[in-house]
Amino acid sequence: MRSTATAAIVGPGNIGTDLMFKLKRRSGVIEPRFMVGVDPDSDGLRRASRIGLEASHEGVDWLLARDELPDIVFECTSAKAHQRNAHRYAEAGILAVDLTPAAVGPYLCPPVNLSFNLDAVNVNMITCGGQATVPVVHAVSSVVPVPYAEIVASVSSRSAGPGTRANIDEFTETTAAAVETVGGARVGKAIIILNPVEPPMMMRNSVFCAIPPEAGEPGELQDRIRASIDAMVRTVREYVPGYRLRADPQFDPAREAWRGHARVFIPIEVKGRGDYLPDYAGNLDIITAAAARVGDLMVAHRLGVQASWRSSSDLGELVEPVAAHAAGA
Amino acid sequence: MGDMTMRPEDAPVVDQEVTETDVLVHTPVAGGPADLRITDSTLRDGSHAMSHQFTEAQVRGVVAALDRAGVQVIEVSHGDGLGGSSFNYGFSLVDELDLVAAAVDEATRAKIAVLLLPGLATVKHLKRAHAAGASVARIATHCTEADVSIQHFGEARALGMETVGFLMLAHRASPDVLARNARIMVDAGADCVYVVDSAGALVLADAQERISAVVAEVGRDGAQVGFHGHQNLGLGIANSVLAFQAGARQIDGALCALGAGAGNSPTEVLAATFERMGIRTGIGLGEVLSAAEEVVRPFIPRLPWMDRASITQGYAGVYSSFLLHAQRAAERYGVPAHAILQKVGEYGYVGGQEDMIIDIALELVEGELASAGVPR
Repeated sequence: MRSTATAAIVGPGNIGTDLMFKLKRRSGVIEPRFMVGVDPDSDGLRRASRIGLEASHEGVDWLLARDELPDIVFECTSAKAHQRNAHRYAEAGILAVDLTPAAVGPYLCPPVNLSFNLDAVNVNMITCGGQATVPVVHAVSSVVPVPYAEIVASVSSRSAGPGTRANIDEFTETTAAAVETVGGARVGKAIIILNPVEPPMMMRNSVFCAIPPEAGEPGELQDRIRASIDAMVRTVREYVPGYRLRADPQFDPAREAWRGHARVFIPIEVKGRGDYLPDYAGNLDIITAAAARVGDLMVAHRLGVQASWRSSSDLGELVEPVAAHAAGA
Repeated sequence: MGDMTMRPEDAPVVDQEVTETDVLVHTPVAGGPADLRITDSTLRDGSHAMSHQFTEAQVRGVVAALDRAGVQVIEVSHGDGLGGSSFNYGFSLVDELDLVAAAVDEATRAKIAVLLLPGLATVKHLKRAHAAGASVARIATHCTEADVSIQHFGEARALGMETVGFLMLAHRASPDVLARNARIMVDAGADCVYVVDSAGALVLADAQERISAVVAEVGRDGAQVGFHGHQNLGLGIANSVLAFQAGARQIDGALCALGAGAGNSPTEVLAATFERMGIRTGIGLGEVLSAAEEVVRPFIPRLPWMDRASITQGYAGVYSSFLLHAQRAAERYGVPAHAILQKVGEYGYVGGQEDMIIDIALELVEGELASAGVPR
């Protein structure tokens, strides 16, 4: 029985390249073997070739004509491209992890719903903003009902590629849908802001959740929400070490303008890991880290072996502490 | 001051002294010929100053008065555009689509415009606004990020709407960069591109140079150029006049300056000033003065004004709609609003990042605790 699986990365841009480095460095069960693009002059293809992958600019046709097909493919192209490719991967028996907003397969956020989807043949990684915020919405909605959640993702202009820019509506719609279906909010809303300031700003996400009035006042319920958020942040940090609360969750008492609901505001900063991309590109880091994590666990499940993700602490890198909470301080 | 490009022939020509009686007797004809088009944003930018609490009756009253005065385009939306009703920007009292429909119902001549910020609203919002009767789509991006609007211009054109591009916080980009971004919008289908001084930070020549650069880039394609001013440094009207002289043919205003920060260029002052210069706006002066004084003034809770916080916005280049959010955070966290706004300027936050105000307030609180020697 094999103990490792081979992977193809389709789309040799920033995301695909970062993912390639993450898999090489951090996954014990996935061996990245193919890098596929469409542009013969692609830097990403050259880089992949240099570190020993088979690289081609002849697209998915080339990939599917290999004698030995990969076990898993990571789609880092565009929603339209994945809609075309998805059935071809499925017919070839290749597990697909989709990093575009195509949403052919179920939305997946590793700390929330991976265990229900381990046998899926195609999973969708939502969006960067979704990976950053959905876990926290879920942390709140697992303590109290969340009739409405709103997320604001601010990313540096430099880290928003042409795909995101040409299809910004897909970002907001996909993220909002995942805030509902995975995060557990009854109604979700998502906003993305591109900021061109230099030096580039770190990815910063705000989560606002409407919560019952009693949770807006200090007390046991509020403490449970804080603890749930805290635990979730620690879980996400296992695969995204630069993920932290920028400040303690801020609770505001119920207001009429909020239809009688109270509100919790959770500010999240995501610093990139720097596998390939700079620190400010935390938005790219969080989706590649989540995709690599998902791929690692799904492949391990299929092979019947232990997942062997090397977190940053295993690699001996500095890990910052989770932002301290004021509780009791 | 920098080089002013105003030439002698641009100087205002006034044939004779005009008395108040002359103004009232010889008011320009509402709906008459015009050398430029004024778009009134009382019911959109003013939404910020009203904390998004416009009622349908207020909207009907303002639209009827503006329509009577001959204003050709009236913008109606949440202050942050379609879909702006939210925790981050403030919830609308009345659904904006109901307000758009009421405005469409009330207008006899004026077109109703809506604002859309890609990243916040989507083409689905635009389609709903179009179905409610809006016929002008104003699509706004930060001044360096025009390429996020391409799909929205395409959809607006497909719906048969008139299209206007909005390059916000225009002081943050050089004239060349603005022109490049205006080019992207025109290529995507914009009939007009606005230089939008969201922070009220452009000082005279700064505004005029930007208009000139955009006119030079897109004017030859038949695209128009517009200017949207704020009063944070008191220059909304002066910048609008300079913009016209540099070739802008669409100018934004709001009755009683009702808008974010220290407010917008007042529509009634724009009308009076342009007429005084012999530049026809097609707006009846008597009617627009009455719209400001008798329709809008009575329902405004607080007239926009150049106070410490809003002047700081103009000086530090901060998006005008952050004002009331900073004041609320100041109250909640006990730190000064102008100090929050100063930091917003330093950090270079852009339109839509109202959530950062809470971060800054918390940071200021921590700074105060630290300097007071209070351990955390």
